[in-house]
Formats: sequence, structure tokens, C-alpha cells
Amino acid sequence: MANNAEDIENNMDQQETNVASEPAQQPPDVAVTRARSRGSGAGGGDGGGGGGGASGNGSGPEQNGQPPAPRPPRVVETEEDEDEELTLKYGAKHVIMLFVPVTLCMVVVVATIKSVSFYTQNDGQRLIYTPFPEDTDTVAQRALNSILNTTIMITVIIVMTLVLVLLYKYRCYKVIQGWLFLSSLLLLFFFSYIYLKEVFKTYNVAMDYFTLVIIVWNFGVVGMMCIHWKGPLRLQQAYLIMISALMALVFIKYLPEWTAWLILAVISVYDLLAVLCPKGPLRILVETAQERNEPIFPALIYSSTMVWLVNMADTDRPNRNSTDVAAPQQEAPEAVVSPAPSSLSQDDGGFTPSWVNQQEHQLGTMQSTEQSRREIQEMPSARPPVEDDDEERGVKLGLGDFIFYSMLVGKASATASGDWNTTLACFIAILIGLCLTLLLLAIFKKALPALPISIFFGLVFYFATDNLVQPFMDKLALHQFYI
Amino acid sequence: MTAAVFFGCTFIAFGPAIALFLFTIAREPLRVIFLIAGAFFWLVSLLLSSLVWFISVQISNKDSAAQQKGLLIFGVVLSVLLQETFRFAYYKLLKKANEGLLALSQEETMPISIRQLAYVSGLGFGFMSGAFSVVNILADSVGPGTVGIHGDSQHYFLSSAFMTMAIILLHMFWGVVFFDACEKQRWWAVAAVVISHLTVSCLTFQNPEYVASLVPTYVILFLMGVWAFYSAGGSLRNLKLCLTCKDKDFLLANHRPR
Repeated sequence: MANNAEDIENNMDQQETNVASEPAQQPPDVAVTRARSRGSGAGGGDGGGGGGGASGNGSGPEQNGQPPAPRPPRVVETEEDEDEELTLKYGAKHVIMLFVPVTLCMVVVVATIKSVSFYTQNDGQRLIYTPFPEDTDTVAQRALNSILNTTIMITVIIVMTLVLVLLYKYRCYKVIQGWLFLSSLLLLFFFSYIYLKEVFKTYNVAMDYFTLVIIVWNFGVVGMMCIHWKGPLRLQQAYLIMISALMALVFIKYLPEWTAWLILAVISVYDLLAVLCPKGPLRILVETAQERNEPIFPALIYSSTMVWLVNMADTDRPNRNSTDVAAPQQEAPEAVVSPAPSSLSQDDGGFTPSWVNQQEHQLGTMQSTEQSRREIQEMPSARPPVEDDDEERGVKLGLGDFIFYSMLVGKASATASGDWNTTLACFIAILIGLCLTLLLLAIFKKALPALPISIFFGLVFYFATDNLVQPFMDKLALHQFYI
Repeated sequence: MTAAVFFGCTFIAFGPAIALFLFTIAREPLRVIFLIAGAFFWLVSLLLSSLVWFISVQISNKDSAAQQKGLLIFGVVLSVLLQETFRFAYYKLLKKANEGLLALSQEETMPISIRQLAYVSGLGFGFMSGAFSVVNILADSVGPGTVGIHGDSQHYFLSSAFMTMAIILLHMFWGVVFFDACEKQRWWAVAAVVISHLTVSCLTFQNPEYVASLVPTYVILFLMGVWAFYSAGGSLRNLKLCLTCKDKDFLLANHRPR
């Protein structure tokens, strides 16, 4: 149970954090949608958690092989002592289940930054959200410009979040759904086309348009299917990682340097406030969703739900994981780690509230009707014993977290003078931050933002390594001294 | 400087460590986490020592090369001492965490033993230390250039790679011996670890006289390896059983269900 709560809260955290402003390339309405989806995502997550609990209890006892619904806190506490060691082991497993995709995303971003020069070139283009240039004459002017840019960006994010909360409150699910769909469409086709084009340029590969169209078309369509509908788990996860990497690369390219660092810092603070303050938009979203007993947006969340879900006899239930992961674009703009709704798009796509409730339960996205769930529940238990439930349960992380982590590491590898040392230091710092966040989640068992600790460590280590460690290591390498 | 140099030096430097990681650590999430935490602790120690060195350089005479070299040597010694201090701090943290977990879980055994933690944390320190020492050099070795064109040694990359491998393995052995010594309150052993670390670092002051620095380093590596083997509970008998595949405990422990 502890793990269950963890996962759900993790889920919520992730969603909220994913709120990020979309780059200027995307139309404002997309950005707005993003805010909406972010809010609804966050709300959905909470609602899902609450709903999951309710539906779990309603579906019947665990003996039917249903994933245990989130039990009320008191039950969690009594089980806690018994399962402490198991919790530790499974908690560690969940941490690793998050380490691997985060690492992969960062590796993709760093590899691209190091090889494709397009993403580190300054073409003079800027996003509409950051209109002030940074190539000014004086340092003071540059600082002022970056502060203004950051203010505009954060204001856009806050406005989008509020719009999202409002939309969710007034049940405009279709709007959010459509927006998420549009966002992921743009990301999967347009941004990946640009990426492919630049990679071909870098490696001097001649490719005709016909082949290119076929490749991009297939990539995009399979991506849309995996994310918004059904697909193999690994493929869905791969798409989510690719989409987060694409978004992070866009941010790295189009955000000027000081603005980028300031935005990272301010978004962590905003994340903290939005999730923990009683009047924070994300918290309101979560509470609204809990009141309505509604599930969270399935999209914009990376989920490592176990495959055994798909093996369940019920063929009516598509693997909802993909849908959760959908609309990474929304993630991108919102990249706020904490309960960023970005990870959740309200792309209901046929998910009934009961399904969402089910999904809320540890098993992650599962689409099923009340009927099918009852069927499953009545079937003989094909599930592994309860102890394995913890192990089989997946863990979720919002795509916005992926995006901002990768953005930090990518920027470190692009602009640092210490180069690989700085990149490594930021990488380790972010992983440790993620570990600590999950530890806190296990201790406090409530919605926590996932950005602040990691980004804080990452920033500290970036500036410290770049300015202090790099000259030291440089001198040591020159003389070949080893420490 | 070609891809051959790059790959060769990378595998020399990181080969044993990566093999150890893949075969013994990668499957256990708890060990991976403690490895990364160990790397983090090493990083923090490096940060602090760089800070002190940086401040001392700022207030010193930047034109005097001798003074700068002296400050660098001071920085190296300080860094070694800080690394060992942080190793001790990590040991204390792990002990506390383990005790807390044991008390909470009311289980007989801890999920991870202090010996495994010693090994994993030592390897974490080693990974980070090796990476910071050699990654930039490896990155440079991919690009064009001629090694030692201005009269420096031509074996720069190769010696760096071998030194890095020695350092990584040494960190692992130091970790094992250090934790074991702390467990048994043998402070002379702790001092021996610190002194051997200082010795290895000071030996590198002789670079580019690679024979004078690498050979003693490898001797120390071998000796530390033997010491770590015995302090981890190994013996000639165990070794013989293991090598002839007759060690029943090992075989049973590694039996994986199909």
C-alpha cells in the first residue's frame, strides 16, 4: 500500500511538474491547452487516486486477483511495519525503474547536443515567450532581459495552469482532450521531422523526400497510436522518452542561456509552491479531482506498468499506459515536475471514469468498463500473490520532469567549459535528487513536487563544477596528477 | 589519435569496473542506488577541495609557477584527505540508515550487508574518481592531433588509462578495507588506507616518469587487493573452492530460478 500511495502521489507530482510553457513555435492555443491539460492532468491524477481507492473497494476483495485498491491510510500504516524490508526493496526497484528512463532521455539529449550542432547554434530566433535578447552590451542589461524573459514565461505557465484548473472545474474535457491530441501530433510529426533533417545534415546523408515522408509518417502514426491508444509497453515508453528528449532539445535551442537557468530555478520554486500551498492551483486541481472521484489524465505520464496487466484475460482492456504517456508536448511546455498536469492530458479517448479509477490503482493505465472489471474480478485469480503486487506495480513520472532534467543536463553539456565533468556531475546530482524525492514521498505519503530537489542539486553542481572543479581538474590533468 | 586509441583507452580504464558493475551490481536496485550515492559523496568531497584550492589560488601570486605548483600539490593532498573523510561520513550514514531499517523492520537480516555496502560504495567512489580524471582526456583522444608533439611523452593516453584503472580498483579495495576497519574499530587500518591513498596520489607527482609512478601504484594495488580479499572473508581455501567450482554456498546463492 505504501508503494501504491507512493505511486499515485508520484503520479500526481509528475503531472503537475510537467507544466511548462511551450516554445513559441507552437500556437498559443496549444500552449493554453497545455495549461489546461496540465491542470486536468493533475486533477485527474488525484481524482484517479481517490477514485481508485473507491473503485477498488467496490470491486471486491483482492482474492479476485484485482490489484489492491489504494487502502485508506490506516491500513497502510499497519502493513508498513510488516513490509518495511519489502517496501525498501520494492521502493528501490521503483527508483531504478525511474532511473533508467531518465538516464536514457538524458543520454539521447546529450548525444544529440554533442553531435548535431543545430541545437547549439544561435540562429537569432527566439520563442515568443522570451522576446528579450541576451546579446546586449552590458551585463546589467542582460540580467534585466533574462529576468523579464523568465517573468513572462512563468506568467504564461501560471495563466495556463489556472485556465486548466478552470476548464477542469467546468468539465470541458473535450477541449483538453483535443488540445492534447493536437500537441502530440505536432511533436511527433513536425519536431521529429526537424530532428531527422538535422541529423541527416550532420552526417551528410542524402535522403529523398519520398523515403523521408514514409519514415516520418510511420513514426508519427505509430507514436500517436502508442500514446493515445494501445501499444506495446516498451514502445510506448520509448516514444515518451523520445518526445521528452525532443522537447528538451527545443528548449535548449531556443532559450537563451541566462533565461534558461533562471527558468529552471523559478519553475522549481513555482512547483514547490503550487503543490504544497493550500491555495496552489495544482493542489486545487488535485482536490477537485478527488472530490469528483475522477481519474487523472492518462497522457503525459511515463508509466512502467507491468506487462502482466496486458496478459489479463480480459481482452476489453487496452493497455492504458500509452494514453498516459500521450501528449508529451504538453509536458514540454509545462515541464514543471511537481504535480504538473502536463503529464496528464484529459484525453479521455473513451476512458470511462471507472476505467480511470481502475487505472489509478497501482497498475497504471487500464481502460476497462465497469462490466469488464467485474468480469475480471470474478475470474479466478491469475494474479501473482500479494507480495508480488508491490513488485509488479508500476511507477509513474510526469514527462515534464523528464524534459526539465534533460534540459539541465543538455545545457550543461552544451555550454559548460568543464564539458564532460560538468555533464557527469549534473547527471549524478539529478539522479540523487530523484532518489531523495522518492524517499520523501515514501516518508510523507502525500503529493510532492519532483522538480525542486533535483533541479536545485543540478544547478548547484553545474555552477560549482563549471567554476570551481573544472580549473582544478584541468590543472591536474595537465600535470597528470591523480587524486 | 584515432577511434582505436579512444576505444582502447576507454576499455583499459573502465573495463574491469564496468564488468564488476554488470555482473554484481546491475541486477540489484539497492546496490545501484548506493553506488550512485557513493559517487555523489565523492563528488561533494571534490567540490569542497576544489573550493578551497580555488580560494587559495585567488589570494596567491598567480605569476609564480612554483607557487602554483605548490598550491596544486596542497590541493591534491587536501582532496585525498577530504575524500577519505567523506568515505567515513558515508560509512556513518550507511550504518545509521541500516540500523534504522533493521529496527523498523524487525527482521533478522538487513536487505544489504555492510560488506556489500563497502564494496558498492568503494566502486562508486572509484567510478566517479576515474570518470572525472579521464573522461575529458578520452573525449580529446577522438579528435585529431599528435600526442606529445611539443616534446611531451607520447604515452599520455595509455598511461592515463592504466592509472585510471588502478585508481578505480584501488578505491574499491580501499572501501572494503576501510569499512571493515571501521566495523572492527581498527583505526590503524583506517590510517593505513589514508596513507596508501596519499602515497598513490603523491606517486603521480612524478609523472611523466611513468615507470616510477605506475609500477609502485600497481604494487600497492595488488597488496590492497590481497588485504581487501582477506578482510572481506576470503581465504586460500575459499579461493581454491571457487576456482574449482566446488564452493557450494556460492553455487547455491547464485542459482537463479528458471
